[in-house]
Amino acid sequence: MPERPQAERPMIEIKSVTRSYGAFKALDDASLTIKEGEFFSLLGPSGCGKTTLLRMIAGFDNPTSGSISVDGQSMEGIPANRRPTNMVFQSYAIFPHLNVEQNVAYGLKRLKLAGSEEKRRVEEALAQVSLTGLGKRLATELSGGQRQRVALARALVMRPKVLLLDEPLSALDKKLREQMQVELRRLQQAVGITFVLVTHDQYEALAMSDRIAVMFGGRIAQIASPKEIYQRPVNRQVADFLGGMNFVKAEIVEENGASLVLDTLGFGRIKTDKPKAFVRNGGAATLGIRPERLRVLWDNATAKFEVAGKVVERHYFGEITHLIVEIPGLEKPLSVTETNDFGADDIPVGTSIRLAYDPEALVAMAD
Amino acid sequence: MTAAAEGSPAFGMTRARRNALLRSEPVQGFALISPTFLYALILLVLPILVVIAHSFWTQNYLTIDRTFTLENYRIALTEPIYRDLLWRSLYISLTVSLFTVVLAYPIAYFISFHGGRHKSLWLFLITIPFWTSYLLRVMSWKVILGYNGVLNSGLMGLGVIDEPSTALLYNSTAVIITLTHAWAAFAILPIFVSLEKVDRTLVEAAKDLGDGPIRSFLRVTLPLSAPGVISAALIVMIPTVGDYVTPKLVGGKDGVMIANAIQAQFGKASNWPLGAALSVTTMLIVTLIAGATVLILRAAQRLAR
Repeated sequence: MPERPQAERPMIEIKSVTRSYGAFKALDDASLTIKEGEFFSLLGPSGCGKTTLLRMIAGFDNPTSGSISVDGQSMEGIPANRRPTNMVFQSYAIFPHLNVEQNVAYGLKRLKLAGSEEKRRVEEALAQVSLTGLGKRLATELSGGQRQRVALARALVMRPKVLLLDEPLSALDKKLREQMQVELRRLQQAVGITFVLVTHDQYEALAMSDRIAVMFGGRIAQIASPKEIYQRPVNRQVADFLGGMNFVKAEIVEENGASLVLDTLGFGRIKTDKPKAFVRNGGAATLGIRPERLRVLWDNATAKFEVAGKVVERHYFGEITHLIVEIPGLEKPLSVTETNDFGADDIPVGTSIRLAYDPEALVAMAD
Repeated sequence: MTAAAEGSPAFGMTRARRNALLRSEPVQGFALISPTFLYALILLVLPILVVIAHSFWTQNYLTIDRTFTLENYRIALTEPIYRDLLWRSLYISLTVSLFTVVLAYPIAYFISFHGGRHKSLWLFLITIPFWTSYLLRVMSWKVILGYNGVLNSGLMGLGVIDEPSTALLYNSTAVIITLTHAWAAFAILPIFVSLEKVDRTLVEAAKDLGDGPIRSFLRVTLPLSAPGVISAALIVMIPTVGDYVTPKLVGGKDGVMIANAIQAQFGKASNWPLGAALSVTTMLIVTLIAGATVLILRAAQRLAR
């Protein structure tokens, strides 16, 4: 049998895993497959079950029902210390009684490597996270960003098949967090290890992942690439969680195999792709359009598709401005994001403006 | 008013200085602690000074000769009986603290790691023996270890021994058993507190990095709870060196400790200066051992890194 292409080989297979605490289900019938070498994110608000799932992959918790396998091997009954996974903890869990080197070498001690080999691997791991030369520092003498790097090196040095990251960047300040996002992604591509990241920060998930699973209330709502999750969310909840979205009530005129024809008050008749998981609920549906997909038309410029309205609010955010525009016929005003290069920050409240849009940007979703 | 104020500039200045003095933080601090400070001075420092002073004097039947002498210390340090008693006291107290810590650790560990919601209930239950007097607890060990005691009749009933053993009571082993039981709670509490402070994710991290339960305990939990173990050992060792009731009640003639000799000097023998010298010597040795323990363990911790 020919070997499957490496990128398609499943590394983690989660099959209808449920974790209940009494009557409460922290995780409800979750199934997903994470491919080898993939950067996969579990995204959702707190209490959605993402950390529970990660801890079950690591072996700190066991499913009430369902199965988890890593690299084709069932993880049932295998304790955390014998799983081919390593974890970067949210609090970093740096051993306070050991220095940086000893922290990184902690897991290697059990492997009984030759002294020089152990030293080489520790130094290699420290270099990977740009901590060369800090080996003798005590854990208490490190900054937050450095502690995060030590936690990363300590896990990477074990050469796991899967690296699990539990909100690793949430304790860092904004600037360092953005820098670490780029570094983590670069590191993942360099080492080629499967990364599973848990986060509640949608931008973090979008910026780093190959694929994202969005979770709500113990259930997986959507698994897709960042672009698809952002542009084609399956329902209002996902759309809302992944940043701003204007929702427009629509009426279904025609439904066939792959497309939908909908009537809206503000945007007229729209023909759009039917989402995969679309479940018709009577004659009504919701259309969504991201604020940045609406563009202000200046002076006499025209567009093939446009709506007219009146600016009712203006919020300045430095590089961008949020305009709230009332459209006759729509029950809620539209939120529009404009970059400030053309003077959107100078449009006075009360001005009548026209907005251009691309019908492609309007996505139908289940309510 | 103005004239008066102008007329006494010196008075105004001293008052300003006095106010500044009263407002200064050190003075306010001393004022605040002065009741407790006086209490400690009268009840702790003064008695010790009296004892130290006596240790340099001589007893002349009913009077005390107040000329300075080191004779008492010569007797305390060279007389074989006092040396032996001191060694035995140290041996007993070190053994007791070792046993107490070894027995207390699993209990503290259980409460801290597996106590769940009932932690305070468990701690409360541990204090129950302390609701009765210390004397009663020592006496009950007499009932257990005695010639016709619970242990002897139990062992005879099981056929392990044919006649009651006399090796159980009235020796240093009986003192060690009784003291180990009596001081258990004092060792459990500091160990429990230090175990509570061990971040549980560190134990998880050790597990994640490949350690089984025993290795993760030895490499993470135990080193991080070492401060509690040290304080537990010191809390037990320091007072047991000078224990006087327990050897008197269960120690017999083989279990006599230094405190019994000190008591005899202040009582029947009526030689206060010698008793004082013995007390000061014991105090100094205990201080040295406690200090050395702390230093050695600190150095060991540094080496372990």
